[in-house]
Amino acid sequence: MTLFQIILLIFLVICAVSVSFSKNLVRSIMEFMAFSLIMSIIWLTLESPDLGITEAAVGAGVTSILFFVTLKKIHAIREGNKNEEADK
Amino acid sequence: MKKLTNKLLNWLNAEDTSVFDNAMELKMQEPKEEKEETVEQRMRDRLHIKDEVYSESETKEVKVLRIIYRTLAIILCAFIAYNLLIAVSWLPRTGEFDKPVNNEVSARYIEKGLQETGAVNIVTGMILDYRAFDTFGESNVLNIATITVLILLRRNKKKLPNEIEEKENDRLLEPKNDVILQKAATFLVPAIFLFGIYVILNGHLSPGGGFSGGAIIGAGLILYVSAFGFEKTEKFFTEKTQKVISLSALLFYCLAKSYSFFTGANELESHIPLGKAGAILSSGLILPLNICVGLVVAVTMYTFYCMFRKGEF
Repeated sequence: MTLFQIILLIFLVICAVSVSFSKNLVRSIMEFMAFSLIMSIIWLTLESPDLGITEAAVGAGVTSILFFVTLKKIHAIREGNKNEEADK
Repeated sequence: MKKLTNKLLNWLNAEDTSVFDNAMELKMQEPKEEKEETVEQRMRDRLHIKDEVYSESETKEVKVLRIIYRTLAIILCAFIAYNLLIAVSWLPRTGEFDKPVNNEVSARYIEKGLQETGAVNIVTGMILDYRAFDTFGESNVLNIATITVLILLRRNKKKLPNEIEEKENDRLLEPKNDVILQKAATFLVPAIFLFGIYVILNGHLSPGGGFSGGAIIGAGLILYVSAFGFEKTEKFFTEKTQKVISLSALLFYCLAKSYSFFTGANELESHIPLGKAGAILSSGLILPLNICVGLVVAVTMYTFYCMFRKGEF
């Protein structure tokens, strides 16, 4: 295992933990996208580029877009000022 | 007779009120008026009842129970993590010869895969030749998922006035004339489509294949929709397109692979000329099957987005 892979794995764990602990749902989705991107690079380093391509397209692309659309539909994404007020 | 039926119809549709003449008094109902005090009293009562039934105040029991709950959750998590880590430590090391994975199946795939399937990319050779029926099942699962999403999220075709308003509101929120997004999409979308088509067509030569390429094309379609709006995509992608593409792709896959039923269910011996390994038109059925899977996946991705977004195409 190279240093590069170890750094990637540490990032992966940080992303996975912060997805479940962040209170803002939009931020959670962003971290989930980052998780998928790191995962696709890890697939590349594990010599399975097929999975890397699929992970980048499905995990980071389509799934998070569907999450965003759902959040918008249930009015969980608001304008910036309103959101801050709601947090207070 | 005609008069009678007319009268009956009038009576049924409540157009003819002559029946009620002198029979009863028709009077408009007066709107109910309520004093403010009674309304306030009712609200206060409701709050009072709510406080009594759902006691939300922090008692000592609640605090103790919360602490117990948290400690138990932490202990359970630690227990599960410990067990999983122990299980991982018992796994055989990478590259060990006696691993149960190293049996005759994988040896056959690696040694004879190129001869028997004609695919340079051994993974595609596996999933679309040796295990083509598995992939067929996966494509069907995708199609069933699309159907389920259609059942759950599709809007009723009769449009009520409220729904029209809601739809317009949603369209107002979307970035209609976002110049940055549109310019970026103008450059990116063709490149994404080309890359997706390349990944699908080269599935048997280089990494990738039907599923990856289809997902890339679906993501490109979603980018196109979010940049230019649904009016543009309605011209080439409607409900009919989705039905025709997914059904014809699945049917072609089924027919192309069921030839083995007529050749004695022997999947290993290919009766189709495999061609020269490394050429685009080689390895028998893998290329058309890749195209089928890619079409199904791309259509599924786009349909998901449309259903989540609008409830229609």
